[in-house]
Amino acid sequence: MTLLDFARGPGMQWSLIILIVGILWRVVGTLLLSAEKDYSQARQGGTGPGIRAVFRRFWPHPEFVKPTLFHMVGGYTLHIGLFVVIFLFAPHILWFADLLGLPVWANLPNNIIMLAGALTAASLVAFVLRRMTHPVMRRISGFDDYASNIVTLLPVVTGMLAFAHTPIARYETLLALHLLSVELLFVWIPLSKLAHALFFIPSRYQLGAAFGRRGVKV
Amino acid sequence: MTSKKRQDMTIGEALRANGVSRRGFLKFCAATASLMALPPGAATAIAAALEKAKRPSVIWLSFQECTGCTESLTRSHSPSIEGLIFDAISLDYHHTLQAAAGHGAEAAREEAMKEHHGKYILVVDGSIPMKDDGVYSTIAGMTNLAMLKEAAAGAAAIVAVGTCAAYGGLPAADPNPTGAVAVSEIIKDKPIINVSGCPPIPVVITGVLAQFLTFGLPELDDLGRPKAFYGQNIHDRCYRRPFYERGQFAETFDDEGAKKGWCLYKLGCKGPITYNACATTKWNEGTSFPIQSGHGCIGCSEPDFWDMGGFYKALSQGKLGSAEGLAAAAGIGAAIGIGSALLGSSGQKAAKAEIKAKLDKDMEATK
Repeated sequence: MTLLDFARGPGMQWSLIILIVGILWRVVGTLLLSAEKDYSQARQGGTGPGIRAVFRRFWPHPEFVKPTLFHMVGGYTLHIGLFVVIFLFAPHILWFADLLGLPVWANLPNNIIMLAGALTAASLVAFVLRRMTHPVMRRISGFDDYASNIVTLLPVVTGMLAFAHTPIARYETLLALHLLSVELLFVWIPLSKLAHALFFIPSRYQLGAAFGRRGVKV
Repeated sequence: MTSKKRQDMTIGEALRANGVSRRGFLKFCAATASLMALPPGAATAIAAALEKAKRPSVIWLSFQECTGCTESLTRSHSPSIEGLIFDAISLDYHHTLQAAAGHGAEAAREEAMKEHHGKYILVVDGSIPMKDDGVYSTIAGMTNLAMLKEAAAGAAAIVAVGTCAAYGGLPAADPNPTGAVAVSEIIKDKPIINVSGCPPIPVVITGVLAQFLTFGLPELDDLGRPKAFYGQNIHDRCYRRPFYERGQFAETFDDEGAKKGWCLYKLGCKGPITYNACATTKWNEGTSFPIQSGHGCIGCSEPDFWDMGGFYKALSQGKLGSAEGLAAAAGIGAAIGIGSALLGSSGQKAAKAEIKAKLDKDMEATK
């Protein structure tokens, strides 16, 4: 069995199994935790503010725009770039369609994908460098933060190297490394801060709903 | 025919005896040099070496195979100069091509092995079954394994023609019922040149022999193939590559994309992981190659190409098999989640009870 065969077969299968077990464990486990009962009288329903909070928090309060500009620009570049690369690159679309039994959707030209990949990689590198150099960021960053950045960066970089048929290794080796780095990401997602992808919507909703009940403007 | 005995002729003499002109011979040498990406001056060196080279004895053993490799070589190029190069070697044993049969055929093989011991080229097509002492393929009562070992002992070099001989090929496909293996898994003490493909390109087979006769053992890649012919990736040389870059793909074999000649990646083309000369030398005397004819590359020159997850499944699609494992994972994950939530709840209750007891105790103490 070659490295590519392993990455396409058992490696992919086991990493997906770990991803699914991990996601369901964390999501089901968190959602079923019993919340403290709120005995105060609600000033308004929580549903509306909860939903509003989910969307409102895509952009910071005006007071915080300037201090968080680096994170806002970098964060949006990273997330939009990842979305484009993951969901609009033809080989990735085929992977999702095959896994989920979905019809194939339209893809973007590869030069746009490469541009998105480069911006994504650049923003991830910038985040790592900022963590290492900013006095406050350095103090509040732990292993999980650095590891999550790097584990996200690896599939982007290896994917671009493979796509470009970079002559540092044979294409199938680069493709295998790309798949293995994706598999590492799958395993890492439920165990790390990358699980924010699962929790950011319910946690925003929960906080917005709690604030709403107490009459706080969301 | 000249008065000289055929087996004593040089290749040049044999070609002239077959009516091949000097011009035709030099054209072949130039084409071979070009195939090997050698400078134009190398054509003269090839011509000089081939001119003088004694017709080497070649013993061709066919094991677990479909004869496609021989068909490819003999049918598509005959009676071209490449075919005549084969005529010019002393092909002393070949099941399909030799006139002799039965004991006569085996006697010819044994005689050639004895007469040219240490000097003959052993060509093998087909894999070798190892299971149950190799009983699944025998020739004249002799297992392929025994015949290969016997013939390899006196060979100067071995050329494993076709993916079956080079890597096990179709007979070794999962679940490999006969325990089929490649030549290189059995013979460890002789130089082996893998000329993979299902079948290999005819001009590549003759080119490898010409290269061997001219320059000795060629430079090989990590899969034992001559770099001159297998150094290039099909995807890199594919004329449809610009459509891949633009993201224009044929979705079915008869849609607009297919008619416009767009990239066949989505239809399972394995060009990006396949190394062969198809996109450059092409087939049928340079007429076309599979991708040009509208079908994706199946990666036939690569090990285990039969088990790559399906010819019509795109390379980016995994080899996940059944979805049962993933469904079971979902069930296990949910069960662990429920369990951890229950544990969390009972922990919360216990903590609350503990706090309440402590508070009650403090209250009692203050009274």
